[in-house]
Amino acid sequence: MAHHVLEMPVDADQVRALKVGDTVTLQRTLFGIRDATQIHMFDRGRTTRLDLNGHAVIHTAPNVHRVEKSPAAPAGYTPFCIGTTTSMRMERFTRPLMEREGVRLIVGKGGMGPATLEAFRDLGGAYLAIVGGAAALETTWIEEIEDVDMDDLHPESLWKFRIRDFGPLLVGMDAHGGSLFDRVQADVAARRDAVLAGIGASE
Amino acid sequence: MDLNLDEVEKICADLYLRALQLLPPDIKAGFSDLQRTETDATGQAILGTMVENIKVAERTRNILCQDTGIPIYNITIGRNVAFDGAGLKAAVRRGAARSTKENSLRSSVVHPITRKNDQTSCGIRVPVIHIDFDDREETVSIEMIPKGSGSENGSFLKMLLPSDGITAVKRFVVDRVIELGGRVCPPTIVGVGIGGTSDLCMHLAKIAATRPLRTVCEDAEGAKIEAELSRAVNELGIGPQGLGGRSTAFAVHVEVAATHITQNPVAVNIQCHSARRARATFTPGGIAFS
Repeated sequence: MAHHVLEMPVDADQVRALKVGDTVTLQRTLFGIRDATQIHMFDRGRTTRLDLNGHAVIHTAPNVHRVEKSPAAPAGYTPFCIGTTTSMRMERFTRPLMEREGVRLIVGKGGMGPATLEAFRDLGGAYLAIVGGAAALETTWIEEIEDVDMDDLHPESLWKFRIRDFGPLLVGMDAHGGSLFDRVQADVAARRDAVLAGIGASE
Repeated sequence: MDLNLDEVEKICADLYLRALQLLPPDIKAGFSDLQRTETDATGQAILGTMVENIKVAERTRNILCQDTGIPIYNITIGRNVAFDGAGLKAAVRRGAARSTKENSLRSSVVHPITRKNDQTSCGIRVPVIHIDFDDREETVSIEMIPKGSGSENGSFLKMLLPSDGITAVKRFVVDRVIELGGRVCPPTIVGVGIGGTSDLCMHLAKIAATRPLRTVCEDAEGAKIEAELSRAVNELGIGPQGLGGRSTAFAVHVEVAATHITQNPVAVNIQCHSARRARATFTPGGIAFS
């Protein structure tokens, strides 16, 4: 179980070196993306001026303060509470996100499914699990909101965060078909019948 | 007692922020209980991060989770209280919108068809407002629940048949918990409604999911099932965030209602580990938060 510190952006080889169970700390840049952002990008053909190539995205829609634009708040926003939403809803967007925008890493909670695992294997990607609901802590890892695009979808805009020591995150899915979530699910499935028998609810 | 609607508006605004910032004591105690029994190393580490987050939120005066939820206000009105009902509902709504604006809260509420966000945390029939009555003299309590959606999406209703029996009800609950895995931000409170009509059954599940820990279903049969299911779901191995371990749920809570001879309804509604609630009680002596 290795620990990796990744200065973003990264290339496919760096991502393929990550194995499930490893931990990762991200440095420098992280993009925030969510349901509406991706519906507009991939179902409605919108494009972004932000360059996601080789980058990590986090499934989020943040709480922010609106402020005057300044060198410390170039996008006119400062962070208030930034946390992570359930990833599984965005399962069908992993492949286009990687193919069209060059995204390499997804930070999220709850894990993703087979289509994501396949895209990771084909294109060189990984899923980094964060502790959902620990947003106050997560916010302390974000230094600044550097940029925002598609802000008509606020708060589901495309956000560019400057980060520092973002993590540790757990590699939950890797580029080699490994998924901690699948492993746990298989264990759970194996226990189901005994658990049901224990409460007199066998089929 | 006259219920002052300006005060109601202000308190409803305060309650929204307070609920988002401070986790109730029973949930904190619930975390301590899970930390004592968790045997999985990853599970322990995740519980540790969740507890650290509670402290960071208190220290930095931040909100616990970015999901400001769908605002729910449960209002209970006692005896000998004079109030303007329509005005009360409007005041609650103004309070939610005011808190959103003044505290820079993310508005998580959109029109269901256009998906337009008014940036007020309000919309058609939202905030959800429930008004009920009890026999306390000159007392009004307002409970605010910002219901997070990672867990709200873990909602199910099944109109089982009487011949399926209570075993099918129990199996339904266990299978939904398995299906949801880590998506609903475990450890959770699994809220279960048994009986009623379809809509009442779903509402029972929400009452159960948002009931304080260490409280017990008032119906003896319901209490028996919630004890059984609480044990059972923590033997599945889903664990914190679905990454393995014992701590799948703080508890399973059951609420029951009488049902029709042809029906056997069961509903599930999940509350994530950020089980946020805040309450204010109005009496002639003043307003107290709890």
